Amino acid sequence: MKTPPSKTNPPLHIRSDVPFYVAFIIISSTYLLLLLAMLLADASYMFQEDSPAVASPEWSAAHPWLAVFVNNPIVAALSDDNIQYSIVLSLVSCTITAILSLIVAIPVGYLLSRHQFFGRNFIDAVLDIPIVLPPLVVGLSLLILFQYAPVAIREQVVYQLPAVVLAQFVVACAFAVRTMRATFDLIDTRREKVALTLGCNQAQAFFRVVLPEARAGVLTAGTLAWARALGEFGPLLVFAGATRGKTEVLSTTVFLELSIGDLGAAVAVSLIMIMAAAAVLIVIRTWGANKLTL
Amino acid sequence: MITVENLTIQSGDFRLEEISLHIPTGEYGVLMGQTGSGKTTLVECLCGLRSLEKGRIELAGQDVTELRPGERNIGYVPQDGALFPMMTVRSHLALPLSIRKWKPADITHRTDEMAQMLGIEHLLDRLPGKLSGGEIQRVALGRALAFSPTTLVLDEPLSAMDDQTREQMYQLLKNVQEWTQATVLHITHSYREARELADCQFEIRQGRIEPVTQLENEQAENTSVHGMEEK
Repeated sequence: MKTPPSKTNPPLHIRSDVPFYVAFIIISSTYLLLLLAMLLADASYMFQEDSPAVASPEWSAAHPWLAVFVNNPIVAALSDDNIQYSIVLSLVSCTITAILSLIVAIPVGYLLSRHQFFGRNFIDAVLDIPIVLPPLVVGLSLLILFQYAPVAIREQVVYQLPAVVLAQFVVACAFAVRTMRATFDLIDTRREKVALTLGCNQAQAFFRVVLPEARAGVLTAGTLAWARALGEFGPLLVFAGATRGKTEVLSTTVFLELSIGDLGAAVAVSLIMIMAAAAVLIVIRTWGANKLTL
Repeated sequence: MITVENLTIQSGDFRLEEISLHIPTGEYGVLMGQTGSGKTTLVECLCGLRSLEKGRIELAGQDVTELRPGERNIGYVPQDGALFPMMTVRSHLALPLSIRKWKPADITHRTDEMAQMLGIEHLLDRLPGKLSGGEIQRVALGRALAFSPTTLVLDEPLSAMDDQTREQMYQLLKNVQEWTQATVLHITHSYREARELADCQFEIRQGRIEPVTQLENEQAENTSVHGMEEK
């Protein structure tokens, strides 16, 4: 059968691509603006707030420009003993959590990435529990779990400092595991195989060949776990409580200051956390594994 | 000596059944076969990196079928070299020796010797990232040979090279074999490489390994599509 004689094809008129890009760019930039505006609002709020007088009135009068920077809620917050305690506790607990997360995430990620075994999909799903579970439920579940622990242990942990780290760890580690697994998935297995033929056992191949290659991923996983731990609030509130000067971390401080109506202090502490988050982003973007989707 | 007897390997949907191969001690064996014919699978089996269903592997007179990869005394140069990105060239050559707990002075001596033989002295303190294709293969060869294995397995070592580099590598591979006296199995799909290097030649066809004579190789080389040869 012959193809039908072509009628003179009308020239195809293709409409402009401009509306497509205009629409997409408008949607994208609206979201970006929202994010940046939030941060800008926090920052500008600091300076229009009735500033607490950190410095003496005489000094402020003598140095009106410096006074703007000294007499503001961030400096006031930083000079508060409770908030200093919460900053230190946050830094220490987040660092411990990040290290613990890496110690767990590296083996788990490696086994999941390299080995097929019975129940692998089930384990994979279990590891997502802390990510998908509502944070309050994570805290409640920890609380309930420790109801079954011996009283001596329970009293050492629940509403005490170990609870802070444990609540942070449960959630942060899940993110570190995801990152480490993706890292190992991206590393070619042939190099380990070569190492095995050179005389390495599995442990030597891992520590001499695989782990050095995974170091950007390790950094990303550790930093991500640290940031998650810093932002953690729900499980902490339930499992560790919000006791001033005891289990108070930065997110707890924001909550406590808000609950007593001190918006300025809450915003000040939030800004401290925003700066920490910015530092984390810079670390990951500069030295981390930028191929990983987080 | 490399002897493979009645080897059966199952790898996913892919299966090699009852294959045998023999390369006498100190000879340069070339195994050809099309992409997907199971060459790499066979190599991984020889190195102990893949479990086999049935059969027996003997290297240098020793039954290695049950031995772990590091116990087989086999040097393995995989496709593209597979160098370790965070290790200097010197560390590549030193790794198998430090695993064997050599003294630092002996390691230095041996790595210098290897580097000189392979013409990579000027690269010793570099990372693999910036090396050329030929340099990568030289380093991979040095890493595989540093611990003086009795067997050397090369999986398409010259596939990603320009013609000039390949010519140099022919000579280097010949020299290396003369120097080390290792039994070599070289995997390729190039008739040219087989002609240049082989003492004995084999081909995987439809899941079987068959010996190929010099004459058959020449005929095949003449009739082969030029495009395939260049790949």
